[in-house]
Amino acid sequence: MANRINREQVQHVASLAKLEFTDAELDAFTPQLDDIIGMFETLSEVDTDGVEVTSNVSDQLNVMREDVADNWGQSAALLKNAPDAARGFIKVPAIIDESEDN
Amino acid sequence: MNYFKQDLASLHADLVAKKISAKELTQATFDNIKATDPKIDAFLTLNEDAALKQADAIDAQGIAADQPLAGIPVALKDNLVTKDLKTTAASKILENFNPVYDATAVSKLANAQMVTVGKTNLDEFAMGGSTENSAFKTTKNAWDQTKVPGGSSGGSAAAVASGQVPVALGSDTGGSIRQPAAFNGIVGIKPTYGRVSRWGLIAFGSSLDQIGPMTRSVKDNATILSAIAGHDDHDLTSSTQAVPDFAADLNDATSVKGLRIGLPKEFLAEGVDDGVKAAILAAADTYRKLGATVDEVSLPHNKYGVAAYYIIGSSEASSNLQRFDGIRYGYRADDVKNLEDVYVKSRSEGFGEEVKRRIMLGTFSLSAGFYDAYFLKAAKVRTVIINDFKAVLKDHDFIMGPVAPTTAFGIGAEIKDPITMYMNDVLTIPVNLAGLPGLSLPAGFSNNLPVGMQLIGRPFDESTLYKAGYAFEQNTDFHLQLPTLGGQN
Repeated sequence: MANRINREQVQHVASLAKLEFTDAELDAFTPQLDDIIGMFETLSEVDTDGVEVTSNVSDQLNVMREDVADNWGQSAALLKNAPDAARGFIKVPAIIDESEDN
Repeated sequence: MNYFKQDLASLHADLVAKKISAKELTQATFDNIKATDPKIDAFLTLNEDAALKQADAIDAQGIAADQPLAGIPVALKDNLVTKDLKTTAASKILENFNPVYDATAVSKLANAQMVTVGKTNLDEFAMGGSTENSAFKTTKNAWDQTKVPGGSSGGSAAAVASGQVPVALGSDTGGSIRQPAAFNGIVGIKPTYGRVSRWGLIAFGSSLDQIGPMTRSVKDNATILSAIAGHDDHDLTSSTQAVPDFAADLNDATSVKGLRIGLPKEFLAEGVDDGVKAAILAAADTYRKLGATVDEVSLPHNKYGVAAYYIIGSSEASSNLQRFDGIRYGYRADDVKNLEDVYVKSRSEGFGEEVKRRIMLGTFSLSAGFYDAYFLKAAKVRTVIINDFKAVLKDHDFIMGPVAPTTAFGIGAEIKDPITMYMNDVLTIPVNLAGLPGLSLPAGFSNNLPVGMQLIGRPFDESTLYKAGYAFEQNTDFHLQLPTLGGQN
């Protein structure tokens, strides 16, 4: 158990994904992810030497269009969905930790 | 009002003949939803005021014979964005989100003057097969309220199966239309990738996602697919292929005569319930009696579909769901000191457990050191799976098999066990990986629960699937058997 991915690796992946977990969540997640990754490893049974990757199954090739700006005229409606906005701008907390000395 | 007795054509005829007005039909729909939804929990949001107003406007204008969908109610899975109508994807992170535009499939139905009555429940961001991953409620199976409705389009499936609406739209990334359709005894199609624009479908796995209709009959399903399909400049993966009038071809109950059907032995292998197997073998006999040939064929790499899918789908999801960062819309955590906190705490508090699990699996599969072994390997296995289908469909008109290995399972029975839950999709996932059309339709019962049959076709050949589905339906009565929800029928 828990040899494909360990607790520290789960924490590393979480930081890449901008997620954080409590200790209890890590206890539950780590063996679960380990099992699922074990299921992933069954793919090694398939011989894929010389096989191309498939990244999409669309029948469309690259489609070009003119790069023309389009004004939807909906900035007020869009801003209504922002958690915090003022004077036509979205407000966010300071990027630098406010508790740090500057 | 329930829609057990009337198909779209007969509702349309009544509307044109003014036997019922659009307003009366809409009001009756809401009355019925309010009476039945406490048992089913199919809906997250009702659109009552706007729908009644729209129905009034339709009545004022009158419904002509060439407006087959005008005034007919439709329910939409709540991962389809709807202008000024709350759209949550069943996630806390979008609990108060009001889109500023309609998804293309939605605006096409609106242009045909269908009336949106509400938004249906799903597994959060369409990740799951039971609707138990919804942040808001668990939908119940129309046939047995102790069972799951399937998922992720479980709300849409239960709404149609219980007679709340004649039509609903769902989305299908790994089986999310077909499996709930099967569990509820209705018809659902996952169209060919690119057949329907994905513009306005909240993205999960962009190379896998398709929107499709869920209905009580094959013909109704075909009618709606023709209405929502077609190229869209807003989705450049949408195909420029012509869209047939799929329903117009459905008038011959023997049209499978001379067709060659492949029945993969892997689709009846270990893990598939005896009752499900029996229904599919009986369906094969029905097709033989109608003059088709049913051959045993093989899709040797089918069993690797689940692993490939949970790598590819989760990788695409981990990328797509980066946009939920607490800045421009959606949930923002309160207790934050800096911008990094906004991202991490908003996402950690806003996403549910299964969504986090998929983001983690995807981020892992794409991360440095693991990308080749997991993501690239899965993308190659995807090619191998596609080649299996190509080989069979070269000399077979379509493939038949079950939709799911079992009938609907109990609420709470599998939710703690992700791998068991993932394995439920073993027969539907490969179809998404290959981008093929897959039709799910009622094929019998096992222990008093519906069994679904899946028909898988060549790219953009939904026509053959609909013809074969229609022929089956005309020669069986499974689709006429109805759940006895509160004894209403």
